[in-house]
Amino acid sequence: MSGLSDEPGARGAAAPVARLEAVSLAYGRTQALDDIHLTIPSGRMVGLIGPDGVGKSSLLSLLAGAHVVQKGRVEVLGGDIADATHRRLSCPRIAYMPQGLGKNLYPTLSVFENVEFFARLFGQDRAERERRIGELLRATGLDPFAERPAGKLSGGMKQKLGLCCALIHDPDLLILDEPTTGVDPLSRRQFWELIDDIRRERPRMSVIVATAYMEEAQGFDWLVAMDGGRILATGTPAELLQQTGTATLDAAFIALLPEERRRGHQQVVIPPRPTGANNDIAIEAEHLTMRFGTFTAVDDVSFRIPRGEIFGFLGSNGCGKTTTMKMLTGLLPATEGVARLFGHVVDPNDIEVRRRVGYMSQAFSLYSELTVRQNFDLHARLFRMPPATIPARIDEMARRFGLVEVMDALPDALPLGIRQRLSLAVAMIHAPDMLILDEPTSGVDPIARDAFWQMLSELSRKDNVTIFVSTHFMNEAELCDRISLMHAGKVLVSDTPAAIVEKRATRSLEEAFIAYLEDAIREQQVPAPAVQPGAAEAVAAKSVAEAPSSIAPPSQPRRFFDLRRMFAYTRRETLELRRDPIRATLAILGSVILMFVVGYGINMDVENLSFAVLDRDDTTLSRDYALQIAGSRYFTEKAPIRDYADLDRRMRDGELSLAIEIPPGFGRDVARGHKTVEIAAWIDGAMPTRAETVRGYVQGMHTAWLTQKARELYGDAAIIGDFQIAIRYRYNPGIESLVAIVPAVIPLLLMMIPAMLAALSVVREKELGSIINFYVTPVTRMEFLVGKQMPYVALGMLNFVMLVAFAVFAFRVPFTGSLLTLSVAALLYVFAATGLGLLISTFMSSQIAAIFGTALITLIPAVQYSGMIDPVSSLEGAGAFIGQIYPTAYFVTIARGTFSKGLGFQDLAGSLVPLLIAGPVLLGCGAAFLRKQAA
Amino acid sequence: MRVANVVELGIKELRGLWRDPMLLVLIVYSFTVSIYTASTAMPETLNRAAIGIVDEDQSPVSARIVTAFYPPYFSVPSLISQHEMDRRMDAGLDTFALDIPPNFQRDLLAGRSPTIQLNVDATRMSQAFSGGGYVQSIVSGEVSEFLNHYRGDSAVPVSLVLRSRFNQELNKGWFGAVTNVISSITMLAIVLTGAALIREREHGTIEHLLVMPVTPTEIMVSKVWSMGLVVLVASAVSLIFVVQGALHVPINGSLTLFLFGAALHLFATTCMGIFLATVAGSMPQFGLLLMLVLLPLQVLSGGTTPRESMPQIIQDIMLAAPNTHFVMLAQAILFRGAGLDVVWPQFLALLVIASVLFFFSLRRFRKFLR
Repeated sequence: MSGLSDEPGARGAAAPVARLEAVSLAYGRTQALDDIHLTIPSGRMVGLIGPDGVGKSSLLSLLAGAHVVQKGRVEVLGGDIADATHRRLSCPRIAYMPQGLGKNLYPTLSVFENVEFFARLFGQDRAERERRIGELLRATGLDPFAERPAGKLSGGMKQKLGLCCALIHDPDLLILDEPTTGVDPLSRRQFWELIDDIRRERPRMSVIVATAYMEEAQGFDWLVAMDGGRILATGTPAELLQQTGTATLDAAFIALLPEERRRGHQQVVIPPRPTGANNDIAIEAEHLTMRFGTFTAVDDVSFRIPRGEIFGFLGSNGCGKTTTMKMLTGLLPATEGVARLFGHVVDPNDIEVRRRVGYMSQAFSLYSELTVRQNFDLHARLFRMPPATIPARIDEMARRFGLVEVMDALPDALPLGIRQRLSLAVAMIHAPDMLILDEPTSGVDPIARDAFWQMLSELSRKDNVTIFVSTHFMNEAELCDRISLMHAGKVLVSDTPAAIVEKRATRSLEEAFIAYLEDAIREQQVPAPAVQPGAAEAVAAKSVAEAPSSIAPPSQPRRFFDLRRMFAYTRRETLELRRDPIRATLAILGSVILMFVVGYGINMDVENLSFAVLDRDDTTLSRDYALQIAGSRYFTEKAPIRDYADLDRRMRDGELSLAIEIPPGFGRDVARGHKTVEIAAWIDGAMPTRAETVRGYVQGMHTAWLTQKARELYGDAAIIGDFQIAIRYRYNPGIESLVAIVPAVIPLLLMMIPAMLAALSVVREKELGSIINFYVTPVTRMEFLVGKQMPYVALGMLNFVMLVAFAVFAFRVPFTGSLLTLSVAALLYVFAATGLGLLISTFMSSQIAAIFGTALITLIPAVQYSGMIDPVSSLEGAGAFIGQIYPTAYFVTIARGTFSKGLGFQDLAGSLVPLLIAGPVLLGCGAAFLRKQAA
Repeated sequence: MRVANVVELGIKELRGLWRDPMLLVLIVYSFTVSIYTASTAMPETLNRAAIGIVDEDQSPVSARIVTAFYPPYFSVPSLISQHEMDRRMDAGLDTFALDIPPNFQRDLLAGRSPTIQLNVDATRMSQAFSGGGYVQSIVSGEVSEFLNHYRGDSAVPVSLVLRSRFNQELNKGWFGAVTNVISSITMLAIVLTGAALIREREHGTIEHLLVMPVTPTEIMVSKVWSMGLVVLVASAVSLIFVVQGALHVPINGSLTLFLFGAALHLFATTCMGIFLATVAGSMPQFGLLLMLVLLPLQVLSGGTTPRESMPQIIQDIMLAAPNTHFVMLAQAILFRGAGLDVVWPQFLALLVIASVLFFFSLRRFRKFLR
């Protein structure tokens, strides 16, 4: 065991792990990387330092092969990463953990299922998989939580899980993008201990880490300082400090920045609070408790903050900071305890107290669609400032916060630092006595952060504003008058920073906090659910050193199509679908609901039409005429019409669809037979299709009546026509709409829903970021697509069974042909439909676009050009062409053939062949268009 | 509830909408192009219906019948043999197959009343029904014209005079235009309010609003009025300039009364949009829900096919949907020129439904904010 080598020269002779030459990268018009030349030594812990948005993540994603190299040359592990073959061979040696807590994890999958998914992607068999997962989970202390969904883990646990997933295949190069952002100090320290242990075990492994915490970077072997897409300096931490002549990396980084960026920067110094100046209590919390169901988010929190104090609130993500802040602002009613602002109990229904509070939430939350001035104006008005004073106040705030030039800009166009200032200014518009700031500086560069704290200092000292601020940064915590450390819903300690350090007798505030955290965890001993499993991890972390050593090198199949990798996606997709209620409902019930709707909605039967007669003759003959219509199953007779006004009114309010007027003297004139008698019929034309049908019915009945009368009057001879037409309504003798429509609706629904779900399954990963797993693991495009397709084909077949059962048993559509033929065709068809969805997904980048895009692309051809309403043989031009290539057209023929025409395999072979071809062709196109890297 | 806040927040919604090009395009599209095309491209029921003819007679009469079928109503008939007929109908190549028996002309002239057989593929409802009538009348016409050379015509004692009210020519375009206005109103009301709420939640601005002195009721009412107003104005403009102006559809009733009804309908559907947004939580789920909700609302409300032909149970369920009442009142006012004395029950029903939806959504909305 060689241990960590602190001597850089020890492995200096080894080839570099990565080399970048003249690399540039742009996202649209934003230049992320600008002509980078860099050689990264191997076998070291290399840190990329710099604030958000300077190009660290872009650089890492290039190294991992997740992003296409636009310009320049990137060599990783001795080969060009732009070369697909090298990428395929080297990606099993690289592990990449993207930025964002659990970004490449699947929140609905359990801890175990997440790691297992990655193990399958790297082609490990069951025994190897289970052994490795068991060891990794034990090593990271996650094994008690193996069944918990990843989405319900704390930030620190998510990052450890991410690490497990990254380490499952023993990589030679581990790339970590800001793995500890948003994680509490103890978890952070444990995380790095874990990495150190692994490196001790595998000394040849190179680690490249991006971080915004300069304190962490202090412990790395070699650093790359970046700003504005360029490299400022490289070297060991000691070299950087020496080069700049500074004491801390924070200061060194600022010193490395170009002159114009540094101008006007000064070290933040907050003058001490004048003692006893104004010590009335601004904020007071007494035994505040918040429970969500059985989960206690905030547990018996008490503190008192005097007016004008800057009070810092520290803790990991999800420890209850934000919940406490929400209770203080009255956003959430406390389960127990009281919060008082300026002596008044906070009552969520009393909105008066909110006028004394300014609030700035974690994310930038002003309206990006309003200009800076409009944002100011809206907030001022909502806080009920007298309208006359608003413009002056806005100008004052703009001057004070240096926003005069950007007043008419949209917030999205502003740099992060300025937006942060804008948020603060907006929170101050109504001159509140108190400011509540939820992690206001995350992601902001050190210079802008210092400027921001300078403003807080002024507000507190000059305007006597009480400031309640939460942060992750220790150097910010040190600037506060007093701080509280929160952990798992409890306040561990509350005091001035200096007093806390003194009490624990540690060197720094961070160490003091870690000491407090360890105490707290020891007290809990048995880790309660939903809190940090710190104790277990801390102990177990030590054992990780032994863990990987017992593992044989993983088998790394190089096959083009690997069933195991494919099933990894199939399994994951199935699990995820089962746990998403809205998608699962759509998948299973959606098609039946829609069939129900369409079956009854697209109904061409016209029945129960209301009609009434204005009988101005009132003879036997006229009554006989009316009876003829009333006797029809299509018509329902209403009370007779009294006069024209009555007729008018009743047609106008839609009561009557048909009104018949029989003229006076009708019976007499017919009997005489020498003059043509006119019967008038009024049809409600508001709905033309219905009116046409009514017209047809009335004409038919009129003719029938005439024939009957003629026979009565003149005898049989009169009615013998010249010839007869015998109409045979084939396949659907009752001419029922349902029989005609339902078999055609099945193809429509089996196209739309499986295609949409398949498209969503890919686009979802793109939108949520887990597509990165496809980019950086050995899974091939075909494995990815087919793996995703399988569950939806199965689901499509389930839908098919439900639809057919529904058609036969609920709609009572007779099924006359071969069920086997229909089922085989359905399988081929669903395969084609999901293939189409996957093809569509390669062009879409947002889920909402995928939903509407797929709906359009599937609905229009399926409804209009596939013979559902107009037969394909009636189509012309483009419509006819689509009708010939679109799979729905063939499946409609098969569905109608088997349902109504009593057909089987032989009769329908001509329609089955195109379906057989469609699936593979669509899937092939999908694979051809799918990119294996982000562009 | 403070009116000033509701006004300010509503203006903010309008400004936000103004800066969202996608939604603006959607509004303009659905009230102009979509209505125009739906109206002008309303398909004729019979278009190039495929017909096959088995001519076993090969006489002048049968030849006359064969040439009587031509586009656009029918495709040029394919002359087939009797055993081909079944196969072609099974494969769906022909919708109609007309079988003229041997010696048809001879029997006809001899007064033996021969029979022509017409086979119709009744799985194709749209063509089967109207097409069957056409075929019959075309054949009768040809035959009687042929016979007229030999005989004079006979008088019918009673004639039926048919008149269509409200749309004399039974122009489907008129109906299509108004139906589409109704659909667009429903769709946009749900999409705009739902999207506005989800956008606020995704951007975290809703939380920001809540720390200000505004109440959930004010937030919801502001979204309802602002988005409702946009759709109302758009539909009025569309009715005046697109429906009446470009499409020359005569509107019989009072536009003001219709817009008043539309306002009530918008009140109900905007509340529904908020409700769906609280259920969905994210834009993609909202999109999926929209599909499952919008389609039944539009198809089963009586806007596309008559309500009377639906099963009673569906008719009863759909009485709870605002669309059903809105379609009723829209058809009554716009086509039949009905006044408030006729449509007041629909107004009342809409008001009740809208109020129930409003309170229901408000409760959900309050929970959603927690």
